[in-house]
Amino acid sequence: MSVTVYIPTPFRSLVGSRAHIEVEGATVAEVLDNLDHQFPGVHDLLYSSQHEIPRHINIYVNNQEIGSLNGDATQLSEGDQVAIVPAIAGGSGDGEAPQGAALTPEQVTRYSRHIIMPQVGSAGQRKILGSKVLIVGAGGLGSPVAVYLALAGVGTIGLVDFDIVDLTNLQRQILHQNDDVGRPKVESAKETLNRYNPDIKVVTHEFPLTSDNALEVIGQYDIVVNGADTFQARYLVNDACVLLKKPLVDGSILLFEGQSTVYLPGRGCYRCLFPQPPPPGMVPTCAEAGVLGALCGLVGSIQASEALKLILDVGESLNGRLLIIDALAMQMRTFKIRKDPECVVCGDNPTVTDLIDYDEFCGAPVRAAVDA
Amino acid sequence: MSVEVRVTSTLQTLVGQKAVQSEGATVGELLADLDTRFPGFRTQISGADGELHRFVNVYVNDEDIRYLRALDTPVRQGDVVSILPALAGGGLPALAGGAG
Repeated sequence: MSVTVYIPTPFRSLVGSRAHIEVEGATVAEVLDNLDHQFPGVHDLLYSSQHEIPRHINIYVNNQEIGSLNGDATQLSEGDQVAIVPAIAGGSGDGEAPQGAALTPEQVTRYSRHIIMPQVGSAGQRKILGSKVLIVGAGGLGSPVAVYLALAGVGTIGLVDFDIVDLTNLQRQILHQNDDVGRPKVESAKETLNRYNPDIKVVTHEFPLTSDNALEVIGQYDIVVNGADTFQARYLVNDACVLLKKPLVDGSILLFEGQSTVYLPGRGCYRCLFPQPPPPGMVPTCAEAGVLGALCGLVGSIQASEALKLILDVGESLNGRLLIIDALAMQMRTFKIRKDPECVVCGDNPTVTDLIDYDEFCGAPVRAAVDA
Repeated sequence: MSVEVRVTSTLQTLVGQKAVQSEGATVGELLADLDTRFPGFRTQISGADGELHRFVNVYVNDEDIRYLRALDTPVRQGDVVSILPALAGGGLPALAGGAG
């Protein structure tokens, strides 16, 4: 019987730099023995002198750790996937590696479903843990984005929102619960995220994002995920990301419809897609027209996936494509987005070289004196 | 020639369905036909000068007509024309003044 064994990066030098190897065997122990026959030395890495698998190495059969099965006596079936996942990549001594360079045993277990994927591995998980993502808005889209990025182990998650949790938010904003009504959203969000994963740092920015502070806030992060609810905020975040050369993962929702795309520095922006905002009142907001709560999860999850792909540098991002989700028909379509050479902020001769007055640009009423 | 024109949220209310057959040889002719049948259609997507609003994109299949021949872009049997306005919704209540 033949199974596929995933070899972690630090062990690949022993097996001819291959990530996946077909090996014969009816149990995990037999497979590891046969692997050692093919590639002498593997056994010594996987077993201690007491012939036990050391605790810093986890072995998975089809995503289940063999400690929860039958150890190395776990029976295998044809086509099973066996993954070897060591805690310390590179084999350096326990605890001696600098912070962020190596995964702790708890991290190896927590993120094991990521680590066993060839597109992630322990190197990819360390990239995720070292990444800094800003989420604009801790509401409908920001909620699922933040939850999935926190669970994935994004090391620093920034949340910018000045609003207070309201009963009408609870139909869709999964960061907040009934008892949170009346609390600042960023406070409620931080508590929720840390309960999901105490392994990450949540930074709260409890103020409205404005032309005066956007560059400073966004400048602290690697990637921005947009969950803004107004055109002013969308153009502000877009322009700031262009000026700072930050990738922007965009998403928006209304009724049963969602839009998502990714803007990468030098490859087009929101203004290339929509050069000007509609006049106030022409395109309704969620508060005016409504939105299906579950649609937030659909679009937010796409945004979180795109952010993680950017961090991992894998796959094809939505850059250059506008994804349209019609949840009523449950159809998705993509349209091309091109970089507009005449774009005022990212084109060949930009005229917007600093942040502007977005209320004026969007024709919005004068700013309310007191936020929230 | 009859071509399918797909509309979303806002225009869907006006048209009463998400896709409508329209007559014309160019995108401009299709939109003019729809405006005749659904009064007010044109003002939703273009200004007094007849130019499309810059917050509304029109696609022939998956290509933005701004990169084809704009309203003069010819359409053929089987093409699908989509009209997409910008959406703002997300969850952060107003940068300033807007609805939450």
